[in-house]
Amino acid sequence: MSATAASEPVLEIEGLRVAFRARRSAVTALRDVGVALGAGRTLALVGESGSGKSVTSLSVMGLLPRNGAVEAGRILYRRRDGTRVDLARLDETRFRAIRGREIAMIFQEPMSSLNPLFTVGDQIGEMLLLHTDLDARARRRRVIEMLELVEIPAAASRMNAYPHELSGGMRQRVMIALALVCEPALLIADEPTTALDVTIQAQILDLMRRLQRELRMAILFITHDMGVVAEMADDVAVMYAGAVVEAAPVATLFARPSHPYTRGLLATIPRPGRPRGERLVPIPGSVPALSAMPPGCAFAPRCPIAVEACREPVALAPLEGDHRVACHLAHAHETVAAHG
Amino acid sequence: MAAGALSREPRFLELLFARRSVAVALGVFVVVLVACVLADVVAPADPARMSVRARLTPPGDAYWLGADAFGRDVLSRLLHAGRVSLTIGLGVALISSAIGIVIGLLAGFYRRLDGALSRLIDAMMAFPDILLAIALVSILGGSIVNVVAALSIVYAPRIARIVRASTLVVRELPYVEAARALGSSTRTIMTTHVLRNIVSPIVVQSTFIFAYAMLAEAGLSFLGVGVDPATPTWGTMIAEGRQYIDQASFLILFPGIAISVSVLSLQIIGDGLRDAMDPRLAKDL
Repeated sequence: MSATAASEPVLEIEGLRVAFRARRSAVTALRDVGVALGAGRTLALVGESGSGKSVTSLSVMGLLPRNGAVEAGRILYRRRDGTRVDLARLDETRFRAIRGREIAMIFQEPMSSLNPLFTVGDQIGEMLLLHTDLDARARRRRVIEMLELVEIPAAASRMNAYPHELSGGMRQRVMIALALVCEPALLIADEPTTALDVTIQAQILDLMRRLQRELRMAILFITHDMGVVAEMADDVAVMYAGAVVEAAPVATLFARPSHPYTRGLLATIPRPGRPRGERLVPIPGSVPALSAMPPGCAFAPRCPIAVEACREPVALAPLEGDHRVACHLAHAHETVAAHG
Repeated sequence: MAAGALSREPRFLELLFARRSVAVALGVFVVVLVACVLADVVAPADPARMSVRARLTPPGDAYWLGADAFGRDVLSRLLHAGRVSLTIGLGVALISSAIGIVIGLLAGFYRRLDGALSRLIDAMMAFPDILLAIALVSILGGSIVNVVAALSIVYAPRIARIVRASTLVVRELPYVEAARALGSSTRTIMTTHVLRNIVSPIVVQSTFIFAYAMLAEAGLSFLGVGVDPATPTWGTMIAEGRQYIDQASFLILFPGIAISVSVLSLQIIGDGLRDAMDPRLAKDL
């Protein structure tokens, strides 16, 4: 770890545009996405289904489905040795050396993300076999160490368990151990707690935060749960219909949400302490189809405060400091009070 | 129970024999196999020695399983024939599985190859099995090796089709994507993650092929394009015995039993193998 590189972001996505070829037409799933993630920090990508969160993470992993392609933009990743590579243009062989070793990913479904035919010890060991030259004994030691790190009791015997013998929470711990065994610099977590119940969810989030501190890794956290965002993230990027509509440090975003969509998202969360009988405010309508995107602001058709100007395209622009927002109105009169 | 299940090392043989029927089937199959391999030693008589006076003798003290139309000892012929039949059955089952697995995995994994390979499979399966086998043997010439080769080519598409279909399902599963995300190469994913998970249909299908191959060999021999007519096989014994079915039904009975017993035991072994290899099923044993 060199001290000089600490200020530079580990991951920097610039103007990323990803399109999918359909039978006859092409749809643009990401339009000009730009985010940055510093070492040891957590960036949450928030948005509803179809907003492009997962496509962003798959682009970073180089695992887009074969009918998808990066059309423009760069995904700059700073490697351990300090060199910077553009993941959007990396060939498969060199990418494989990064995947798992430097960038790892955990998935939403702990139930089906482990191969049912191998013991969890074997699966973690396979990562070591793939990415290190440890011998069998050292691998075994490391596997036990990892299982203990993710707080699995009786690690030495659990390593011989098959995935179906473990509960959902345990499996997600195993997935985390699997992802972290090579101590990646960047962890992509695609809704890692969505399939778990709330108490287990809290334990897993605690675990991830602790491991992040210990291993000093950056986390790209993908979720649609604002509660999880508040708990985990340093920075937040809110995505809507394939673009980032608002990006800010987490405290700023919750204190002064400036995009009507962000305010809408926050208004949909039930919170203790709100007056009894108060109704949650839904966001009317649904996300526009990617093939039928409105010409201007994509949120305009659902926006409660949309005006004529919203038919014009809008780009993400700084509001104050690190707070960036893509809304004509937010920029027009900087304090659209957060009535939300 | 739970603690025991978690701490156990996977003991394959123990799992395999946990079901009594599998142990019995394996025992039966091994006895048949050993008896046939050691035919020169254990057979009571020379399988080729004829005796006019003993024609169609029913089973008894002199001929345990009777004598055929040339007065040859049926038991001795059965044991010698087993060598050929089992070689053909096992050989075809193994070789066609190997070919089928390679073709099926390639077709299932590489979309660019899929079209061509699938059409090839379809084209081969469009021929009646026995017709294709006759064509191949008549090109290659009749010998045990050629019969095995021809039947392997005939049955490989069945395995290939099953492997391709199963591959298409398994490779979209989250753990395959997870393996890719964690840096596994395509070859590792194909062999460890996909192939291991589609073993059961392959095992089941190849035990069927074992049986089909022995019967097809009988068909080929019956039509005169199989192995050398002087070499007894279970199939040819049934074919020859057919003529005397009203006077000496034991002539087709015993080779028939031999085929049934080996196919049945192999199929039970196949089921057992499948269950022992899948930890999710092993739990229930």
